[in-house]
Amino acid sequence: MNRVILAGLLSHWRRNLLQLITLLAGLALATALWSGVQAVNVEARASYDAAAATLGEGRYDQLLRRDGQPIALATYVKLRRAGWLVSPVVQGQEAGIRIIGIDPLTAPGDLGPVQIGEDADLQAFLSYTGQLFANADSAKALRDLATEIIIVADIAPGTAITDIGVAQRLLGKPGQIDRLIVAPAQPLRQAALAEIAPELSRQVAQGGSDVARLTDSFHLNLTAFGLLSFSVGIFIVNGAIGLAFEQRRPVVRTLRALGVPLRRLILIMAAELAMMALVAGLIGVSLGYILASVLLPDVAATLRGLYGAEVAGTLTLRPIWWLSGLAIALGGTAIAASGAFWQLAQMPLLAGAQPRAQVMAAGRRARWQAVLAVALLLIALVLAFTAQGLVAGFALLASMLIGAALALPMVLDRILAFAQARARDVRSTWFWADTRQQLPGLSLALMALLLALAANVGVSTMVSSFRLTFVGFLDQRLASELYVRADSDEMAEGIVSYVSPRVDTILPIQSVDVTMRGQPVEVFGNRDHATYRDNWTLLSSSPAPWDNVANGTAILINEQFARRADLDIGDTITLGTTPLDIAGIYGDYGNPIGQAVINEALFAQLYPNVRPARFGLRLDDADVPILVRDMARDLQIPETHLVNQAQIKAFSVGIFDRTFTVTQALNVLTLSVAGFAMLMSLLTLAAMRVPQLAPAWAMGMTRRSLGRYELLRAVLLAVLTAIAALPLGLLLSWALLDIVNVAAFGWKLPMFLFPAEYAKLLILALIAAALAALWPAWQLSRTPPSDLLKVFSNER
Amino acid sequence: MLLDATAIHKSYTTGDNVVAVLRGVDLSLDTGETLALTGESGSGKSTLLHLIGGLDVPDSGRIRLDGRDIAALDDAGRAAVRRGTAGVIFQQFNLIPSLRVADNISFQARLAGRYDADWCDELTERLGLREQRDKFPEQLSGGQQQRVAIARTLASRPKLVLADEPTGNLDEATASAVLDVMLSLVAEAQAGLLIVTHSEHVAGRMARRLHLAMGQVA
Repeated sequence: MNRVILAGLLSHWRRNLLQLITLLAGLALATALWSGVQAVNVEARASYDAAAATLGEGRYDQLLRRDGQPIALATYVKLRRAGWLVSPVVQGQEAGIRIIGIDPLTAPGDLGPVQIGEDADLQAFLSYTGQLFANADSAKALRDLATEIIIVADIAPGTAITDIGVAQRLLGKPGQIDRLIVAPAQPLRQAALAEIAPELSRQVAQGGSDVARLTDSFHLNLTAFGLLSFSVGIFIVNGAIGLAFEQRRPVVRTLRALGVPLRRLILIMAAELAMMALVAGLIGVSLGYILASVLLPDVAATLRGLYGAEVAGTLTLRPIWWLSGLAIALGGTAIAASGAFWQLAQMPLLAGAQPRAQVMAAGRRARWQAVLAVALLLIALVLAFTAQGLVAGFALLASMLIGAALALPMVLDRILAFAQARARDVRSTWFWADTRQQLPGLSLALMALLLALAANVGVSTMVSSFRLTFVGFLDQRLASELYVRADSDEMAEGIVSYVSPRVDTILPIQSVDVTMRGQPVEVFGNRDHATYRDNWTLLSSSPAPWDNVANGTAILINEQFARRADLDIGDTITLGTTPLDIAGIYGDYGNPIGQAVINEALFAQLYPNVRPARFGLRLDDADVPILVRDMARDLQIPETHLVNQAQIKAFSVGIFDRTFTVTQALNVLTLSVAGFAMLMSLLTLAAMRVPQLAPAWAMGMTRRSLGRYELLRAVLLAVLTAIAALPLGLLLSWALLDIVNVAAFGWKLPMFLFPAEYAKLLILALIAAALAALWPAWQLSRTPPSDLLKVFSNER
Repeated sequence: MLLDATAIHKSYTTGDNVVAVLRGVDLSLDTGETLALTGESGSGKSTLLHLIGGLDVPDSGRIRLDGRDIAALDDAGRAAVRRGTAGVIFQQFNLIPSLRVADNISFQARLAGRYDADWCDELTERLGLREQRDKFPEQLSGGQQQRVAIARTLASRPKLVLADEPTGNLDEATASAVLDVMLSLVAEAQAGLLIVTHSEHVAGRMARRLHLAMGQVA
């Protein structure tokens, strides 16, 4: 019996191929967007885990010097003799790759490189030339090194592992130890660390990768966007399933009248849908894989730019997101179909297939929809004033977007009713009335369009606001008109004496990489000058911060370092042996690592061997090209060493723009899916339009004019939806900037408006709607008169 | 006795009003017997037919069909009755629009597990549907669609055929031809036939007639 029932049900799809395609395509697109985003997330997280496993970050306690200086070999030996099971690590950069040197004989057993080492030749690993373990990309970057490179996929991106001796040689750090990894199992009797090495501090394992924690908020944002795209797709599925159930209502009634039990019918219909969800899910996951492959390089750039997290730029096939993609396809179908199944279960056997049943059902649901919309919008209103933190921020976004989407059909209906009441001639009266009648059938597609457009307005406002702030920030920070780099101390001295008479001020730029509070920090020794005092905006500060920095008692730190190390104004941190009060925290957008600024004199005292290798030169803008030309000629300074402010800004803005490519790409995709939803709804409705339009045709309207009205109707509804999307998008942007971003990134940004962008989006929505309506309208205008006449002959 | 319905009551609620459609109807039918159920619109004819066919349940009373009280059965039990014992021919045909004529005809027989290809072919032939086998219902005229609905019901060899105004949508000549075929096939199958009709002509062709008025047998 099941086979007969299934054959009867499936025959519907054979006769309504378009509906089947809509359903499968909608679900596949929704799954593709979701699983594409998830694939990116999973890949990034896998990279963090690989990094954590490779470096032991988060998994093992570590010993570091309090002043951030290297650990003496003697200290390491003392610790080992005192029974401490510690293993030395040295690290540094070479050809843009982080080289990590470990000691395979003392490293904890499950530390990444040791596991890798099991497959390797230990003797070769420990030899003078040694072996480097790296993934393919890193190996390519390091190919010029005189060391054998073994390619291992599990090594974190941008990282290479080798024996500590080899690393010390490659990095030019002979005998240097940067940190000591503490094995989890230690002897019971052990001298206290303070007795053996008081200069060391123990950094306790945090049970996970720091990078993973830092980037959680970014992935949450990405997931939220994926979910929004998925919801837009699910609108298509919901529309297709709803229509299919509506059209099959007479068949369902017939099947039941012929003796098919309701429960079995529901089970078979559910199995039928599950089958389709699986097929669409497989297509969707495959498309998602392609999407993720395209997006991943830009996401990797974003993560590198925002957090300094290294993520592989290529995608690995992982079972987890294949499964999660299929699960989301099945779950999405279940959600989209639940209403239809509920109605089916409640439908009395003798309930007829009433004409305009869909319209009537929509009318019945309208009241509940209104109640739900108002409730959600009220929740959003309350959250707008009270929300703090990511979860509340996303709850605000969800209630605002869903509430607005649910309210849209009612708002449009009221607008159309208003227009209908003011219509003068019979054609326009008919047009407005007919448009209102079409509204229930199109409402899901319009809701999807509203969400997509609002997301576009909201996210583009946020990104553009961010961009403006960032450019403003660059103007503050890159105040010097020209920057020059020296290769040696002699060259630096030559530059200073050459430019001194020709510039207003020379600002030496000198820095050293240290570890403070377990964080990598770049410490700058700045000259006390108005360039800094006047241009740098401190987010928070103690009284007279610049004076305190100038007299060597205070330090300024960037926002990232303050957040990661949980530091605030008034806290004291020690640099070398010098305790320094935190006098100010400054915004440092786009810098992945911690940064601190101390006075030039204190810097020289703490790091006497570090000389400034770069200089910022203050001079008249007009004199910059002449000075560049003269320095190149007289001092033989290569062009690459002379960078003017405008070049740096262009470079920085270029990096910034790339970091948000993924957001823009998802925006365009979501809008495309909404356009597709519109097309499919119009195509499906077109088949039902003939009986509605036949009377108008019979009374003297031409088929061509009916087609034109169809086109006009779609464009009009899209324009009304786009107008409604604008305030919604701006509210979305406000919530993102004022609540979500503050919680996610720790940056609060001002909001700017971009009317030209919004006008462009409106035109885009208009074009999308016109394109979506073109084919159905053309088809309608070519409906043979015999088909229109059939409407009347069937009425007998 | 194939069908024995006693003291059937059924009412519907419309808004605040309760409308009593059937008020203590008794009815019986033997195997091979034909019965016309007549009455004015709203007299309860179709409701009674639906109750006998297991499409609805009475408020009170007993309906014994082929030895089983179908009013006491659950949804699945009544569905089994509709599949195997009582076949309903609807006024609006209720064909499955996405299936071809041949598939529509064999559909209920397959559901009931009584599919007989030869019998289906014979029905197709005798009901004049051979040329229409591969067409979809929308491509047929009203008379042809009604013949498909009759063939579909008879293909499953039900013991009782219930027909609700089967010729109500047809012109006189077509209606007469359809009725001829239906009666001869029912007689051959030794099935009972209960037909709801407004037509005196149709009622006159049945062995017995029962007139309903105000929900009671007049």
